[in-house]
Amino acid sequence: MKVIVPVKQVPEVAEVRINPETGTLIREGVPSILNPFDEYAVEAAIQLKEKLGGEVTVVTMGPPQAKEVLLKALAMGADKAILLTDRAFAGADTWATARTLSEQIKKMEYDLVICGKQAIDGDTAQVGPEIAELLGIPQVCYVRHLEVEEDGKFVVVHRGTDEGYEVVRVKLPALLTATKGLNEPRLPNIMGIMKAKKKPLEEVTVTTLGISPDSIGLKGSPTTVRKVFAPERRKGGIKIEGTDPKAAAKKLVEFLASKGAI
Amino acid sequence: MVLIYDKEKCTGCMLCPKVCNFGAITKDGNKVRFDFDKCVLCGSCQEVCPVNAIKIERKAVDKDKIAQYKDVWVVCETAEGRVRSVAYELVTKARVLADNLREKVVAVLIGSDTSSYAESLIQQGADKVLVVDDKAFADYTTDAYTIAVTSLIAPRKPAIVLFGATGNGRDLAPRVAARLGLGLTADCTGLEIDDKRQLVQIRPAFGGNIMAEILCPYTRPQMSTVRPNVFKPRERDVSRKGTIEKVEVKINPVQIRTRVVNRVKELAEGMKPIDTADVIVCSGRGIKDPANLALPTELAKLLDAAVGGSRPVVDAGWLPPSQQVGQSGRTVCPKLYFALGISGAIQHRIGMSSSDVIVAVNKDPEAPIFEIADFGIVGDLFEVVPAVIEELKNLQSER
Repeated sequence: MKVIVPVKQVPEVAEVRINPETGTLIREGVPSILNPFDEYAVEAAIQLKEKLGGEVTVVTMGPPQAKEVLLKALAMGADKAILLTDRAFAGADTWATARTLSEQIKKMEYDLVICGKQAIDGDTAQVGPEIAELLGIPQVCYVRHLEVEEDGKFVVVHRGTDEGYEVVRVKLPALLTATKGLNEPRLPNIMGIMKAKKKPLEEVTVTTLGISPDSIGLKGSPTTVRKVFAPERRKGGIKIEGTDPKAAAKKLVEFLASKGAI
Repeated sequence: MVLIYDKEKCTGCMLCPKVCNFGAITKDGNKVRFDFDKCVLCGSCQEVCPVNAIKIERKAVDKDKIAQYKDVWVVCETAEGRVRSVAYELVTKARVLADNLREKVVAVLIGSDTSSYAESLIQQGADKVLVVDDKAFADYTTDAYTIAVTSLIAPRKPAIVLFGATGNGRDLAPRVAARLGLGLTADCTGLEIDDKRQLVQIRPAFGGNIMAEILCPYTRPQMSTVRPNVFKPRERDVSRKGTIEKVEVKINPVQIRTRVVNRVKELAEGMKPIDTADVIVCSGRGIKDPANLALPTELAKLLDAAVGGSRPVVDAGWLPPSQQVGQSGRTVCPKLYFALGISGAIQHRIGMSSSDVIVAVNKDPEAPIFEIADFGIVGDLFEVVPAVIEELKNLQSER
């Protein structure tokens, strides 16, 4: 089974802070990580390879330092990595990102493409389905469980819903987006880290990809960011301490009634 | 699009590095330097520059072509033969946007045996309802719904198309966008019309640490998924008139490449999903034992609320994954949120800090949840919650 896993390098969002004086984003000292939802995707791909044989290729689009997340995926057990890096790719919205990644994937052989459900920085969950559409293959999002049928032609997955899950059967090739619960991503061990450095890591530019720079990156993006601003910071309100529970409960209910919340 | 920096004009006032959210501008002697790998052309620097030394050139818009696109559409989500509440919220908001543009609101109702809801969408503010009613749409499938939506949009040319940012909405909208080569903005919490009649889409990013205003200047329709519970549905006007148009969309079974073999409900009878709930009672580590969930469940019943859990509660298997609030679960914004025995780690706050009213009960007076709670009670939830339940019962019997 040949599996392609598109991944993204993201800032550890929980550590991103706003400078209270300027209201701007502080990114210095914020570590960059492999998007946590992509870890489920990488792990799922490696488990398929271990069970059925085949090959796992991770692909990312980003600046040269995005190589770090590819090395992590290789250290976990992926076989090959592709880094799409070029100034022409920069500033891409979800559509232009999906277009760039799908152009690369079109050149490769695959049975399955597995993405993370969403990236924790942008939180859009759009790139996966957009890649599926551009590749012309079916998609199943929010996958919590994955099994390949014996003949290797179909997969049966659990797709998380608002109330539980659906059992969905889909013919390959297909694209899945992985969510929490699919597996427990492994930590790379020392051997894995050593081996990763020797595994093939190919760099692709807009020229080698062979598409028009006008259709990708900032130029090819249908959406533009007009402005960014800091949200109003939420402040704590009433805090009751050391009161007996009954009196506190009474005050709370009065408060909620006054707010029209109950 | 390009950014042009006029070094001659620049006075070195250093305002622009301060407003850049992307760290793309640094001091360079008594001038500045731009890092185009980091710059997203957001225009913050252009706006702040007092001497117009920064200019961003954007592609010219073909106005004639864009003017052909009219009306504000809402793709109304159905589930189990009913229209979901988020559809009414979006029709209400679409009405405001359409009035601003002096255009119409068109509701798109795709389902099986759901056409009886068309009237309710008109009463909510739609001028027209496009009804696609066929067995092929009884269950949501990406393929069938994408075909239906794209085949309606492409010839009719709406200016704006809104989807609910629900599980299915976020599965469908990007598929439609990619098929038509359109821009799409995810999970919007604000929508406005600017002086150029463009849709300004406001959404949180970086876990809610920043807000972004997004435009779709060159493509039509402008498409957004919109977070449930953000816009409140207005009262329905039963005398409102509108037109209902039945549209046939042909689906060939071979076009549907996924098959739903089974549907499993993990929520106990009477439990509500957190996604669209008005009130959520969420428990954290402080609940200690799954048997103790009876307490928040009782509170939830009184308030017609959904029962949610923080990561440890869901990881322990005490609540199904669909009910997890937080970065690795779901982002919610109910009108009222109870955080019971939740310390309020940043990963949890990312998922709930835009709730209208937050109530926190925690033993630890230093718990970070109190920093964002509108009403915090420092105390044992096993003492406080029963007292709250009693107070609510008293209030309800008075009413």
